[in-house]
Amino acid sequence: MALVEVRNVSKIYHLGGEEIRALDNVSLDIEAGEFISIIGPSGSGKSTLMHILGCLDTPTKGTISLDGVMIQGASPRQLAAIRNQKIGFVFQFFNLLPKLNVVQNVELPMIYAGCSARERRERALEALEAVGLANRSKHRPSQLSGGQQQRVAIARALVNRPRIVFADEPTGNLDSHTGEAILALFRQLSTQGRTIVLVTHDPEIAAVTPRRIEIRDGKIAAKVDLTLAGLDRSPRSGPAAGAAP
Amino acid sequence: MKKPHLPHLPPESAAAVRHSTMNIWITVGVGFREIWAHKFRSLLTMLGIILGVASLVAMSALVKGMENGAKEALVAIGGLEKVRVEPQELPPEQRHLRDQALGLTINDVRALAAGAPLVTRISPEMRVPANVSANGKNFRPFICSGVWPVALEMSEHTVLHGRMFNDLDDEMARSVCVIGTATRDELWGAPDQVGREIIPVGETLYINGVPFTIIGMFQHYESEQDRKRREAEAAARAAAGPPTQNAGLSRDRGRGGRGRGNFIFWLKNATIYMPLNTAYMKFRSGVTLAGFGGRGGGGGNGGAAGATGDPRLSSLELKIMNVDLLPQALQQVRNVLMSTHRGIEDFTFRTQEDWAENINTFIRNARLSGGLIAGISLIVGGIGIMNIMLASISERVREIGIRKSIGASTGDIFVQILVESVVIAVLGGVAGLAASLALVTGISSLSPTGNAPVITAGAMSLAFAFSVVIGVLAGLVPAIKAARLDPIQALRYE
Repeated sequence: MALVEVRNVSKIYHLGGEEIRALDNVSLDIEAGEFISIIGPSGSGKSTLMHILGCLDTPTKGTISLDGVMIQGASPRQLAAIRNQKIGFVFQFFNLLPKLNVVQNVELPMIYAGCSARERRERALEALEAVGLANRSKHRPSQLSGGQQQRVAIARALVNRPRIVFADEPTGNLDSHTGEAILALFRQLSTQGRTIVLVTHDPEIAAVTPRRIEIRDGKIAAKVDLTLAGLDRSPRSGPAAGAAP
Repeated sequence: MKKPHLPHLPPESAAAVRHSTMNIWITVGVGFREIWAHKFRSLLTMLGIILGVASLVAMSALVKGMENGAKEALVAIGGLEKVRVEPQELPPEQRHLRDQALGLTINDVRALAAGAPLVTRISPEMRVPANVSANGKNFRPFICSGVWPVALEMSEHTVLHGRMFNDLDDEMARSVCVIGTATRDELWGAPDQVGREIIPVGETLYINGVPFTIIGMFQHYESEQDRKRREAEAAARAAAGPPTQNAGLSRDRGRGGRGRGNFIFWLKNATIYMPLNTAYMKFRSGVTLAGFGGRGGGGGNGGAAGATGDPRLSSLELKIMNVDLLPQALQQVRNVLMSTHRGIEDFTFRTQEDWAENINTFIRNARLSGGLIAGISLIVGGIGIMNIMLASISERVREIGIRKSIGASTGDIFVQILVESVVIAVLGGVAGLAASLALVTGISSLSPTGNAPVITAGAMSLAFAFSVVIGVLAGLVPAIKAARLDPIQALRYE
């Protein structure tokens, strides 16, 4: 059983009587430990897919199981708990809280998880260590460069030990050099066994992942799985089982 | 394990993602940080609550002061157990019996003493419209009456110097009197005018030209507050020493004396009592001793010649055994008097209850109107908080989106905004309580009334509780609004 199982998911909006199918009958699996990218031009539905996978949104039709939990019937409160404990988000614009310093930003998910103050501080510093920013823990986000802010956001996404991390255009707001470094960090995290879903419009960025899913007009247009072809560039031998046809 | 047919979260999975609500103290901390981040804005927001709480407490302190003053005055005039019986115009259906109406006489007193067990004391009074003179000065006292010695207890008088006249003085109709300090002040001078207290016991006083010997003087009656102030001034004067004495004294007079609130005490001080028999003999018996020319010394025991005399009393004062038995006691008195007056209803009762009722009505109205105004200002303060909280959440849509995306539930966001609003209101409430102390001190030093404002713990806790409730109510709408934000749209919000 895959970590994420998406079956026939559709998301339909009604705008002024017109039906808009943001997602149209999408099915896919994501295995634990996979490094996968979802590519597509803007308006293709990739963000909608990520929001649904990330429990920020619910599908109109279809079922999603995340880590064995069916999420389409969950209450908002349960969805919040799933986001808190099973999912980490990394955003294009970092989305750190400007009034909190770095370590407080990283602690934030654990506050909602109800961890003790000591545990929060320990784990937040651990996560900052992992992204190489332990020495900046008392800085404000505004005192950091874009790349550093994105590392803080990654530390925040990882701190609750989620089963899956969604990165939405994580390099979109960074120069190419810094973007490279962030992608390298994701690759490194992937080798440590994290499940990472990279959402991007840029095929070059998607090229770092062994598996790619291309979305176009709300449908899966193409699936590329280098692991099946033995072309995986990552040193890790990814899980063999690919997407269901 | 679980297959995808399951419509809802499997129990153990739900337990695994059990949502622990954010610690309330962390939330309060977040609230404080938010308030601290916008110090000036928060202060302005709190100002409404501060003023509301301060005015509520100050208003209640002022009313409480008035109430205390009124109660003190009520005790000074004899308390609730006192009933006055006064003569009254006959009712219309008895008008034709007017010449049969006796009025209140000493007979009524005797009959009541024998026939009204619920009445513990009876004090007849015969008023004499008087113009008194002594020491080359004239004065019209408020009360100049012939009474029995029992009037002392009845009207809560205390003789401080000399003695009260007794039954023997009454029996002999001696020309003696006991005066209040206001009479002394007017005729011989008040202590703070002449610099020492004159005790005119033994002096002669002319009441409507009839010489009387002063045998006693009452103590000086004043409100609790006046006494304290006078003592404080005396202490200050003693500390300052004799050279500055006169300057200090002349300054006192402006503020002291017959202030509005002290009027009832001044009236009580402006009293002259003489024995009832004396009053009758000298002023009512129809024989004028101090008449001009004519009679000379011959009419010494003119009581016998009272054919044209007027034995009517101006009033009776009764003390009832127990306030709770007032209606029954009045009925007894009425029955007795109806029989002595042969069914002619030429008397009426005057109880302090009416007065106490008036005081209570006044206090209630003052409290109601003051409370209303203070309550409105608190509500305005609450609206201010709501307004700021609404502005604050639309400023923080993105923050709310971020918090939701990392796992804050709608409940967490709701509580966060609500706590912020309550923290503002509570801080405002605390500051308001402090401000109320300053306000009350300011009011009483700017315009000193007869009654010192009294801040009660009840008023303070009520105002504080009200401010907390206002905080909760004001935070409700913004908190609901914030909690309902859709995380995706909130994250996209610029």
